[in-house]
Amino acid sequence: MAKVKLSEKKLAELKEVCKFFNNEKGELINVLHRAQGIFGYLPAELQEVIAKELNISVAQVYGVVTFYSFFTMTPKGEHPISICLGTACYVRGSEKVLEEVKRTLKIQVGDTTPDGKFSLSCLRCVGACGLAPVMMVGDKVYGRVAPDGVKDIIAEYNN
Amino acid sequence: MAQIKYHILVCGGTGCRASQSEDILKNFQELIIDKGLGTEVQVVKTGCFGFCEKGPIVKMMPDNTFYTKVSPADCEEILNEHIIKGRKVTRLLYTDPETKEQVSDSKHMEFYKKQIRIALRNCGFINPENIEEYIGRDGYQALGKVLTELTPDATIDIIKKSGLRGRGGGGFPTGLKWEITRKVKADQKYVICNADEGDPGAFMDRSVLEGDPHSVLEAMAINGYCTGASKGLVYIRAEYPLAVERLKIAMRQAREFGLLGQNIMGTGFNFDVEIRYGAGAFVCGEETALIHSMEGKRGEPTVKPPFPSESGYLGKPSNVNNVETYANIPVIIIKGAEWFSAIGTEKSKGTKVFALAGKINNVGLIEVPMGITLREVIYEIGGGIKNDKKFKAVQTGGPSGGMLTEKHLDTPIDYDNLIAAGSMMGSGGMIVMDEDDCMVSMAKFYLQFTVEESCGKCSPCRIGNKRLFEILEKVTKGQGTLEDLDKLKNLSNVIKDTSLCGLGQTSPNPVLSSLMNFPDEYNEHVVSKKCRAGSCKSLMQYIIDPDNCIGCTLCARNCPVNAISGERKQPHIIDQEKCIKCGACMEKCKFNAIHIN
Amino acid sequence: MEMVTLTIDGKHVEVEKDTTILKAAKTVGIDIPTLCYFELKDMNIENRPGGCRVCVVEVKGRRNLAPACTTTVTPGMEVNTHSIRVLNARRTVLELILSDHPAECLTCAKSGNCELQSLAQQLGVRDIPFQGAQSTYRKDTSPAIIRDVDKCIMCRRCEMMCNEVQTVGALSAVNRGFMAVVAPAFEMNLEKSPCTYCGQCVSVCPTGALTEVDHSRNVINSLADPTKTVVVQTAPAVRAALGEEFGLEPGTLVTGKMVAALRRLGFDYVFDTDFAADLTIMEEGSELLDRLTRYLKGDKKVKLPILTSCCPGWVNFFEHNFPEMLDIPSTAKSPQQMFGPIAKEYFGKKLGIDRKNMVVVSIMPCIAKKYECQREEFKVDGDPDVNFSLSTRELAHLIKQANIDFNALPEEDFDNPLGESTGAAVIFGNTGGVIEAACRTAYELYTGKKLKNVEFKELRGMENIRHATIDFDGLPINIGIAHGLGNARKLLEDIRDGKSHFHAIEIMACPGGCIGGGGQPYHHGNSEILKKRAAAIYREDAGKPIRKSHENPFIIELYKEFLEKPLGEKSHHLLHTHYFDKSAGIFVDE
Repeated sequence: MAKVKLSEKKLAELKEVCKFFNNEKGELINVLHRAQGIFGYLPAELQEVIAKELNISVAQVYGVVTFYSFFTMTPKGEHPISICLGTACYVRGSEKVLEEVKRTLKIQVGDTTPDGKFSLSCLRCVGACGLAPVMMVGDKVYGRVAPDGVKDIIAEYNN
Repeated sequence: MAQIKYHILVCGGTGCRASQSEDILKNFQELIIDKGLGTEVQVVKTGCFGFCEKGPIVKMMPDNTFYTKVSPADCEEILNEHIIKGRKVTRLLYTDPETKEQVSDSKHMEFYKKQIRIALRNCGFINPENIEEYIGRDGYQALGKVLTELTPDATIDIIKKSGLRGRGGGGFPTGLKWEITRKVKADQKYVICNADEGDPGAFMDRSVLEGDPHSVLEAMAINGYCTGASKGLVYIRAEYPLAVERLKIAMRQAREFGLLGQNIMGTGFNFDVEIRYGAGAFVCGEETALIHSMEGKRGEPTVKPPFPSESGYLGKPSNVNNVETYANIPVIIIKGAEWFSAIGTEKSKGTKVFALAGKINNVGLIEVPMGITLREVIYEIGGGIKNDKKFKAVQTGGPSGGMLTEKHLDTPIDYDNLIAAGSMMGSGGMIVMDEDDCMVSMAKFYLQFTVEESCGKCSPCRIGNKRLFEILEKVTKGQGTLEDLDKLKNLSNVIKDTSLCGLGQTSPNPVLSSLMNFPDEYNEHVVSKKCRAGSCKSLMQYIIDPDNCIGCTLCARNCPVNAISGERKQPHIIDQEKCIKCGACMEKCKFNAIHIN
Repeated sequence: MEMVTLTIDGKHVEVEKDTTILKAAKTVGIDIPTLCYFELKDMNIENRPGGCRVCVVEVKGRRNLAPACTTTVTPGMEVNTHSIRVLNARRTVLELILSDHPAECLTCAKSGNCELQSLAQQLGVRDIPFQGAQSTYRKDTSPAIIRDVDKCIMCRRCEMMCNEVQTVGALSAVNRGFMAVVAPAFEMNLEKSPCTYCGQCVSVCPTGALTEVDHSRNVINSLADPTKTVVVQTAPAVRAALGEEFGLEPGTLVTGKMVAALRRLGFDYVFDTDFAADLTIMEEGSELLDRLTRYLKGDKKVKLPILTSCCPGWVNFFEHNFPEMLDIPSTAKSPQQMFGPIAKEYFGKKLGIDRKNMVVVSIMPCIAKKYECQREEFKVDGDPDVNFSLSTRELAHLIKQANIDFNALPEEDFDNPLGESTGAAVIFGNTGGVIEAACRTAYELYTGKKLKNVEFKELRGMENIRHATIDFDGLPINIGIAHGLGNARKLLEDIRDGKSHFHAIEIMACPGGCIGGGGQPYHHGNSEILKKRAAAIYREDAGKPIRKSHENPFIIELYKEFLEKPLGEKSHHLLHTHYFDKSAGIFVDE
């Protein structure tokens, strides 16, 4: 596997973060949150750096990364799309919305479009059940989304 | 400083923010300055009002006018009419669906009439980002009282007498939990707040933290005083940015006011709070898993005992309660155990917050006294079923709960009754389903969730739930057998009986309760291969009625898989083998000739 | 001690407070089946995640079933271990596990030794009522260990061994739910991980998910090749355990039968690694004395303590974890790797056999030896000094395949000259043995006096970390001993932090030393078996006419005829090695 180069500047920032947490192994999840904030995702080489900084095994870091759905090893798209599959949204048809998004973007859940523009994920309840079904693009919440409306929402970001 | 005459409360809960309430807030602020009203009108961003269905909500104080579905463009009119001319903007008022009358004060709305707001007492009333507003509504008085007038034992006694039970789902008596943690001797103890709300379709804890973060901080400090802990930790979902933000602001302000930190209120009591982030694992709602996650590990539960009260975070005694439980504490201290225990049923005291959602008219966040019936919640507060459909089931307790039916509608809601009915209180999700919802599919939906969220540590949960899901999938595809239904039942019982933690011990509840309450629906799926709700695609057939079909060919031209054939001006036929059940034909047909079998 | 009384299956039981139901039941002869649970008693090794749920029992008054392995007894408790409810649950749980397990028993390396298989037999499972997806993964073959993770049942024993006992950190539970499994980082090959190939994961795996790389076919082919002279060497610990594979009592010494069997398998020369162990003592003991003398003379550059280097798992461990301390371990090769060049360069040349036509096979209690013999520095023009290394288990399979009635075999002697050994060599198989052997020789060489008693009992035992001071005629020598890599790490960290006061330290990767090696017959968590093997080793030593390495007549002859002197030029070339920094990560090397 090719060695992916991590940006020196970001690495320095990450090491500062580790230092801020006293390179304490119990702070692994906090460090991973910040690392994902800095790099956008948690590639293998980054996990290796974190393991070294916190003096724990890489296997353990990987074990934690793969346990929590919030952590990702693939970079998210420029506009991450999330479909709420909470029960409230589900009974109001969010699965159909999801199908439509998949069809429109031609990607599966967890994937990113080849141009890096959109990525697709599911989440459980954003707390806007009154607007069910709900989808999010970046931080923006779209409520009462009908499958027909998906194309227009995506078009807002596609130029 | 001039006297502020009007307060405009704008809902800053997640639901309303998703419908542009931030813009409403901004517009109000700008317009007030433009109109020179800055000295007499103040805009306040509050937490959730609860009536999410009608959001964004704007409330005018002091006259309690409740505007619904406000858009940013409405701000100018509200200021001109309501503030300047003293006239209500009637088009934004709530209309009672029964009487068709407009109601301006939320007190008189069916949605609020039967609610008692204890945990949510400040949500929608105060600006959660301003500690002074919390203090203005008796905030931190309970902490002061406890620190200056009560011993830890006396305080625990009040909580015990109040009858408060854990609101996270388990229903363990809160006072007893505090007492156990207090009794264990240790150099360091921890107060933990479980804010890892993971139940899909529930947002109670989030709303409390967004709308009234200080009540949780105050309660944690009280717990620290009672149990002998100087450190508090809030374990919160990273997916709740607004709640995190407001919690951080609250912590900062509390420290500035000397209500957190060293020597609180000059009593020598030290207590401070830190935030720990969850990272998307439902199982971390289980307290031992939560603790492992806080320690930077995989959030796998461990066998209890030892309980966290004895050996918790970093091996130290830790008191874990959830957000809603804590939010009840300050009021109980101030108003007393008798006041609290007067509300509710014999074994379940006080109120419970529910996130009411699904096929119901009034989706929202509600707080009701224990003992209220499902009927009152669904038909009075919830305003009945959406689109006048027929009620079918209500699911409480999320993926750990069961589906209750018509026959449970008049059962008073409390911990024990819900368990007896095959469900559970859970953290407070309440999803209403109508005749279009297939119960087998719903059970499958919940199992899919469990399969995705199982940590994988114990075999019944790791493999058993997967097998349950697979059997349910078989049934929804019309490939199930009667033997499969027996398997579902036996496997469900074994998973409940043998799983390591609460997740696996309750995950088969949706299956068992639906099997028990809707046996006919299961039988139809396996015997006559039918889904009465019409939601199982594999069991649906689109049929062309030859009497109505005039042979216009529109359906055939629109079928994406060329499954429809027929001569022009002759009735057409759908090839069921080819049909992918997309429904395009039915949508296009102008003669009502296509229907679902 | 506070006692608790309860009833189990109607029997009255009285046990100490904090005892688990599982152990309480054992005291009255009730064996509750377990799967993930694992314990090596008195060795501080325990695995009880409470994950498999096979050991569930019914406790009166309790809502759900209780896992017997993790539930402690309470006064008056009423336990039922075989009610209908329990039997149904236990069987269903097992059926679930089997529904996600490949039904490959016929060809599985673990067949016959598989705990899952025996459990299925015990519970009388005849069919698996659950069909559905199976969690499948990539198979991974490293130089020593094969991971067939489809067979992983998430008992977490390997993870516990690798992390808690060995502190190697090659393995962790990864993923979640149905796809949760134990794997190295990024689910890459074990070869890319910090794995030391100690094989402790293999020795505790209840199924065929972790097994050793099988070299027996290569050995059979070599034996069948008339152009090859096939030489075999057998490690000390093998003779104390091989009998178990043939139904003999643990601790039965089968040295003579083993030699007879090897001869019948067709090996041209049956030699003993013990001979090479004596040689190791000559070299390593001399190195110890050399460093010690220089140190006492005030040489500031000399590094003490000296660490033993016989154990390949341990060598891998310090290469991965303590790269800044590569100059501390002895440079002496392990006995296996000393034997190789002596066989090929000395014995072979003597007989006029070209090294390319000689195949050296080792029988080892070890899995890391498979890796060790493949290390590049132990090859000459691509020809390894030791061609193949078989585990004790593989040897047993070979013997069974050849239709040899092991128990009926006569006792035979090793061939000479590389078959003669002393009692000092055989105790290499036990923790503390190498350093005891070294002391026997170093004492006499240093003081010039004869030892009155060759047994240094203070160096023996099973405690995790032991230390003793040996009086070298007025010079106190501080000895440290650790078995298990986690214990080794502690001593190493002390050295790094300048807190170590030892002159010499013996380290063995496996708990118990080689008798508990990853290639030994499966002990299934019975620590009594390890203790019996250890006792057998000491018996073999006590029965030997010569018990000090430097008195081995063939060793004396070897130096006279060929090597000249310990630490001499030839020794340096053939019997010593150097170590490598392997701390670099997979992606990032800083």
